[in-house]
Amino acid sequence: MNFDKRLLRQALTARLTLATTIAMGLLGAVAIIFQARQVSTIVARVFLERQTLLEIRPLLFGLLGWIVLRSLATLLSDAAAGATALRIKQALRQQLADKIIALGPAYLRSQPNGSADLISIAIQGIDALEAYFSQFLPQLALAALIPVTMLFVIIPLDPLTGLVLALTAPLLPLFLWLVGSASAVVTRRQWTALSRMNAFFLDTLQGLTTLKTLGRSRTHDQRIATISERYRQATMSVLRVTFLSALVLELVGTISTAIVAVEVSLRLLAGRIAFEQAFFLLILAPEFYWPLRQVGLRFHAASTGVAAAQKLFAVLQTEETSPASSTQPAPIMLAAPQRIRFEHVSYTYPNRPLAALQDISFELRAGQLTALIGPSGSGKTTLAWLLLRFLSPTQGEIRIDDQRLSELPLSAWRRQLAWVSQRPHLLRGSLAENLRLAHPGATEAQLWHALRAAHLDQWVTSQPLKLDTLIGEGGASLSSGQIQRLALARAFLRPANLLLLDEPTAHIDPMEEALLEQSTRNLLNSGKTCLVIAHRLPTIQRADWLIVLQAGQIVEQGRPADLQNGVYARLWQAYQGETH
Amino acid sequence: MKTTSRLLHFLRPFSHWVALSTLLGAATIASSIGLLGTSAFLIARSALHPSIADLQVAIVGVRFFGISRALLRYLERLTSHATNFRLLAQLRVWFYRAIEPLAPAQLLDQHSGDLLNRAISDIETLENFYVRAVAPPLTALIVTCGLAAYVGQFSLRLSGVLVGGLLLSGIAVPLLTHKLSQRPGQAWGEAQSNLSSAWLDLLQGLPDLLLFEQASSALERVRQANRRSLFAQQRLVWTGAISNALNTLLTNLTLLIVLLIAIPLVSHGSLDGILLAVLTLITLAGFEAVTPLATAAQFWQSSQAAATRLFEIADRPAVITEPAKPQPVPLDFHLSVRGLTFSYPNSNQPILKDICFDMPQGSHLALVGPSGCGKSTLLSLLLRFWDVPNDTIWLNEQDLRNFSPEELRNHITAALQPPYLFTATLRQNLLLGNPHASETQLWEALHTVALDDWANHLPDRLDTWLGEQGTAISGGEQQRIALARTLLRPSSVLLLDEPTANLDAETERILLQRLPAALTGRSVLWVTHRLTGLEAFDTILVLDQGVIVERGTHTSLLANNGLYARMFTIQRNLLAQTMLQSS
Repeated sequence: MNFDKRLLRQALTARLTLATTIAMGLLGAVAIIFQARQVSTIVARVFLERQTLLEIRPLLFGLLGWIVLRSLATLLSDAAAGATALRIKQALRQQLADKIIALGPAYLRSQPNGSADLISIAIQGIDALEAYFSQFLPQLALAALIPVTMLFVIIPLDPLTGLVLALTAPLLPLFLWLVGSASAVVTRRQWTALSRMNAFFLDTLQGLTTLKTLGRSRTHDQRIATISERYRQATMSVLRVTFLSALVLELVGTISTAIVAVEVSLRLLAGRIAFEQAFFLLILAPEFYWPLRQVGLRFHAASTGVAAAQKLFAVLQTEETSPASSTQPAPIMLAAPQRIRFEHVSYTYPNRPLAALQDISFELRAGQLTALIGPSGSGKTTLAWLLLRFLSPTQGEIRIDDQRLSELPLSAWRRQLAWVSQRPHLLRGSLAENLRLAHPGATEAQLWHALRAAHLDQWVTSQPLKLDTLIGEGGASLSSGQIQRLALARAFLRPANLLLLDEPTAHIDPMEEALLEQSTRNLLNSGKTCLVIAHRLPTIQRADWLIVLQAGQIVEQGRPADLQNGVYARLWQAYQGETH
Repeated sequence: MKTTSRLLHFLRPFSHWVALSTLLGAATIASSIGLLGTSAFLIARSALHPSIADLQVAIVGVRFFGISRALLRYLERLTSHATNFRLLAQLRVWFYRAIEPLAPAQLLDQHSGDLLNRAISDIETLENFYVRAVAPPLTALIVTCGLAAYVGQFSLRLSGVLVGGLLLSGIAVPLLTHKLSQRPGQAWGEAQSNLSSAWLDLLQGLPDLLLFEQASSALERVRQANRRSLFAQQRLVWTGAISNALNTLLTNLTLLIVLLIAIPLVSHGSLDGILLAVLTLITLAGFEAVTPLATAAQFWQSSQAAATRLFEIADRPAVITEPAKPQPVPLDFHLSVRGLTFSYPNSNQPILKDICFDMPQGSHLALVGPSGCGKSTLLSLLLRFWDVPNDTIWLNEQDLRNFSPEELRNHITAALQPPYLFTATLRQNLLLGNPHASETQLWEALHTVALDDWANHLPDRLDTWLGEQGTAISGGEQQRIALARTLLRPSSVLLLDEPTANLDAETERILLQRLPAALTGRSVLWVTHRLTGLEAFDTILVLDQGVIVERGTHTSLLANNGLYARMFTIQRNLLAQTMLQSS
């Protein structure tokens, strides 16, 4: 599973640096071979031929040369490996960002944990791939190349040692695989145990106040000690197995070196090999196993990256279902739309059995306020998103003055819209930047006008930097009511004809509630065509048209005054009954 | 330095384990030096063509070291990890004991969740403290001394060169690396936080960005943040590569110098030629001892930072001064609050101003007001989580400060917001309220909070595991389990913070019906911003910005037409949603 094709394809995009890493690794190995030869020659001449320092000086200079070359090769190989990983990481982040924009809000909404999972894929997940590309992959290539290169030198020199090395080398990956697949299960269990221990401790700390109110906090330290001890015993019994794989790896390497040493010395004794060669083989033997052992050590780090990559590729390979902007030439709409009609519109989310909206028909008229009510999950937001073209109907048609919405150019249509969601997001940046999102060309006077209409001008004036106040993550903190009103200010600012508003469900602070109510009223009275997902009776009462949605269907619609015997009427009666 | 010695102090109870694992670590590296040294000796000796009997000892040595290295490494890893886990267990217990008296007052100063999460991850950082930070330098020290002593027999200069090379590679290179990576490391940290906020904006602001046709500019911000993060990382990559290359260079240069010094010694006959071969290989093998020191320095530094933060939390003074001679807590509870003004330390903005009310045993009080008006603060003062001025809260005409807070909390209990359930079974969670509660009592409490049916349908009924922090169940259910747990506690006073938040209208109604029976005889302070079911309360206190602005019964307050009446209207307007939900 460490050889995901998609990952290898990514590696090809950085083939230049990857090739440099491998080439430099190989060059380093060649330098090692020559250095070993140089050292063995020096020792042999001094030891057996009694040469002096002066006589072997050229050899020492040669040795210095190989040492410098070897160090340089290490430097470049490591740097290129890092560059490979960074380049791929950058490309993957970019692909992910592009993909998310293409998938649109509907995809984010279908994620069980919202955007949290995607952020962790984008940041930590992609970072986890670093070890795969900078260490594991090049090391894998080198683990194949270096021993083979060394065998090319060793076999002509001494076939028997070559045979010993060639036969033992495959044992390493074999044992690694055998022990590895057995210990993978065990390792996973250990990680689960570890995360459970940490979860327990976090649980205890977070619940400390609760323990205290229940008078149980003093004695709880014994439980921590007991559970820690149990965790230690469990983990140690797991580690006893996990460490076996390292044991086997080392054992093969050291025993083979020992075999080579004994075998070579016995033949040396019999005069069948020269000391210089024998010593050369001895220096080289540990270097022969080194790359193989490195792969083994990096296998685990690579696995974490591969696991992260699975999630990443799952996102990148999601099919795009959201409407792409239509490329067909269509008349650019300039005038404000007079009638917006839903004609038997249905929508079903991908991979969901039930339709979110079914056979919806209604009409929005210019300058009128239409309120949409219904319990949560009844399809109100889906309906708004169809109009925003974050989704397109699976059946039926939305018509804008007898033109199909799907045939209008996306940007021309969206320029007609202003949208206030229930939980608006503030971008990291200045207040002015956040406002100008809605209308990039807005003048400062227009910004202040919008802030006044949203009753935010006083707050902004009280900030030392005024319009340049930093908001969003790390900036000034706004209450949820203020964020809501900032979103309303954006809507004021936007030169749009159609306003979509999702009223927030709860603001119990009376002051905040009053401000929000006034700002909303200002906006609804501005003469725009409005569709409001309403949660407040005053808004509903003010509506020209009311649509009651339940389980994806319109159960009643009409002017509020005309809806005498339905859900709305019951609601109204209950309200009257409880106030008096 | 102080942090280090405090941290190392935790290792004292296991000093024999530390000694054992260090010795095993040194023996492991000694084995690889031994393997290469005896092999070199064997080959060099063979070159002189002695009788095979002369070689027997060396052959046995080679075989022995060939096997011992791997086995010793295995044992070393086991002992060092075992030591580490013991250290960790001790740290956890110590940290818990240290912060138990601080909760919650001293743990809430910034962002409450943050502090604990950070503490957990700091303790996790220390997970590798012994294995990766403490053990390697100890091992390296022993190996260096051993090598110096062995080589010193033949030549002190050789020994000096070898030690010098090891020190440079083990100490100077890590220091240099640390210095080089400090700035890019910091830049990388900043770039990473920039990157994640750019992603947050892109993901959470996506609908707005698409609608306002600003997606491309958000994309550009992600691209820029990405580039900056990679630029900083690039420098870290080079630092790593330089340190690696320097180590290679140092190892082999040391070899070269050893040769330069040893060759004349051989020529003069003061060093056996066989030893030249041996010295060559043990020089190369010796550097294995200092290789892990670069990572050890990093771990040492991050452990230091983590420990400093942990000690900072643990060293905070407790906010409550315990009375020298605590009074016995009476069974009959008459609580009264008189002229209580309170502001949090480090703030001159009073959260509560001149609060007065009486709470005789068995009385039921409600405390209402907009969010942030000081309701929860009042509860934590009654629970003695914060210290109050003298003579402001009284228990049976005695200052509350004269009682032991621990003892007091056996009589005053609370269900606070947000409700907290432990990752355990339903039964274990309930028994926390009263370990001696009978099966019948548990079911009674569940009935009061209208969860008996629900619990009956759980896969293992009371023994059902409540997922991670109780998240497998809904917010309303969590809320009610926490309430049941508090009801089980045999206390005279119950402080209930928003007990009906997160509940639908129907469940709320049932709860309000069943609770009075469970609460008879006990004093109750019911804190809420939901103005439902308040008709039954003896007194309702209306709190606004820390001041009690109104008090009375439900009817009298509505007639008053003040804040209470206003809040009541707003709530009615919002009812649209809840009515629809239940219709």
